Amino acid sequence: MRKRPVGFTLVAVYVLLIVLAVIYIFPFLVQVATSFKTEPEAASNPLALIPTTWTTAAYKTLFANSDFPLWFRNSFIVTVVVTLGRVFFNSLAGYALARLQFRGRGVVNALVIAVMAVPGVVLLIPKFLVINQLGIYDSFAGMIIPLLADAAGVFIMKNFFESIPASVEEQARIDGAGTFRTFWSIVLPMATPALMTLVILSFQGSWNELNHFIVSTQSPSLTTLTKGVAQLASGQLSQGTQYPLKLAAAALMTVPVAIVFFIFQRRIMNTTSGAVKG
Amino acid sequence: MTDLAAAEKLLDNTTASGTLRLRGLTKEFGNGADKVVAVDAIDLDIEPGEFVTLLGPSGCGKTTTLRMIAGFEDPSGGQVTLDDVNMIDTPPNKRPMAMVFQSYALFPHLKVRDNVAYGLKIRRTPSAKLREEVDLALESMNLSALANRAPNQLSGGQQQRVALARAMVMKPRVLLFDEPLSNLDAKLRERMRIEIRTLQRHLGITSVYVTHDQAEAMSMSDRIVVMNGGRVEQAASPDIIYRQPASVFVADFIGRANFLDVEKETSTQQGRARVKVLGHSVDVPAHPDAPAAEDVVLLLRPESIRLKAVDTRAGGGLGGHEGRVLFSVFYGDHVEYEVETEHGTITAVVADPNVDAIHREGDDVEVSFNAERAWLLPRTRQPG
Repeated sequence: MRKRPVGFTLVAVYVLLIVLAVIYIFPFLVQVATSFKTEPEAASNPLALIPTTWTTAAYKTLFANSDFPLWFRNSFIVTVVVTLGRVFFNSLAGYALARLQFRGRGVVNALVIAVMAVPGVVLLIPKFLVINQLGIYDSFAGMIIPLLADAAGVFIMKNFFESIPASVEEQARIDGAGTFRTFWSIVLPMATPALMTLVILSFQGSWNELNHFIVSTQSPSLTTLTKGVAQLASGQLSQGTQYPLKLAAAALMTVPVAIVFFIFQRRIMNTTSGAVKG
Repeated sequence: MTDLAAAEKLLDNTTASGTLRLRGLTKEFGNGADKVVAVDAIDLDIEPGEFVTLLGPSGCGKTTTLRMIAGFEDPSGGQVTLDDVNMIDTPPNKRPMAMVFQSYALFPHLKVRDNVAYGLKIRRTPSAKLREEVDLALESMNLSALANRAPNQLSGGQQQRVALARAMVMKPRVLLFDEPLSNLDAKLRERMRIEIRTLQRHLGITSVYVTHDQAEAMSMSDRIVVMNGGRVEQAASPDIIYRQPASVFVADFIGRANFLDVEKETSTQQGRARVKVLGHSVDVPAHPDAPAAEDVVLLLRPESIRLKAVDTRAGGGLGGHEGRVLFSVFYGDHVEYEVETEHGTITAVVADPNVDAIHREGDDVEVSFNAERAWLLPRTRQPG
């Protein structure tokens, strides 16, 4: 008697969830499918998930007749350096704001939060002016240095460090460790979950960064994937819609972020249990 | 159980136990109207090898005092000296001290062995010596079998032992304890008390132990420092603290106490006074300030009170030295009574009771006490 309504509700919930999941993943599937379609089929039958004729022509064009490999290389360099820089600087800054006593700490903290409240677009022109003034316009330095630390990352690390019991750090201190050693050998290893979060966010953020590269570079040799693919999408290759080509580029662009995510996401959930009893 | 031989070998006369002196040590938090004096000009001398407990209710300043000794808090005033060297400007990592935390504070990402070795590595101990000393420390705490475990694979008691091993391996001149047993269950806590005390006495390391648990303080300390409101109420051996408390606060905080309003008759001699209590004039030991004090109370510990049945058929009722039992609770090894008397309700504890002779609720009893166990003290102690 009671079983049927429960079963029905369950089915209804699952159906709803499946529908939502499909809506969510459908654009991605269309993207992958279209990248294997021929040009006419992509135009006539854009939403079909299975191409009638499979072709890798789009990928061939991408590697043979475009600067895709160069864009990929540029994106890779920028992303790796920015990710390493953010992990290093954000955790140092977060630790300082969480634990060190210094004059003006509250002000710095407020400024960090204030930066998060400013929309990035607003800062594009000031950024350009500063980069230009510093003489690093149209160089890797100009692309990388302004991204090396970000307010959100500092904020994440600060909050995590505050959750680490102070007694663990005090124990390290009384065992003879100085401030940097305590940070490096005790606090940072305990912050692995936050660091993993930061790696994913930084990697994904700098890999997908577009606005900053538009204002900091103009030379084609410094074009990143985002910029390159955006140019493709805005029709720089002329003739036709070029859907398969654009979507092949987009699909390839997704791969590194997906890899990084799958490698690091399992470690995000690790907790610092066992540090203290109570 | 601890392995004293291994512990002794580890320390091997290399540790010179320190003399710790606190002079006018003060800590204030906040400014202006919000200012709170957590520790108010404490003076304390701790001799080499002495085990001193700071005891008091929460907020009394005991932990702040300990943290100033360790260097985790900067004093607002006063000095901490170790063997006549002022430590105030020495950061915690340069002080020859070790600390055992309430939370154990083990490094969760390091194995037991690496937790113990951490401080020695910072000191750049040569690897052969490091291994030997870590082994001895683990052995002394009976942890050798757990050396390669992670902290979260250990029980609370085992984690506590790791914390102790880690403190000992540093061969500190002063060992600090911040309520180290309060997260253990009652049985383990009792065992660890004995172990810590045995180890400390055997090795003779100067120790400062913070607790709010009076049983812990009574059972472990050479000297107990009872603190209240940032000040030292009394610093003395456990038996003095219990028998001759310096103030009503101390008497009330340590053990159970009956305070009887009594009238002072005369001061017979130094340290004694004659008072009228329960219908008798009795000569009792007195606090030095009691004879001069306007208002005095008589401290009677429940176990020094004796009750005797009154034959109600002979009439009588509530006479001067008689009382009526309000409650009686049988605990097996003792009986606890609440008795109404002319001085108010008092608590009496009778150990090893004869089951047939337990007084029932409503019984009239004759109340007497061991006068030598009583203690007359001023109601409010003059500050300073």
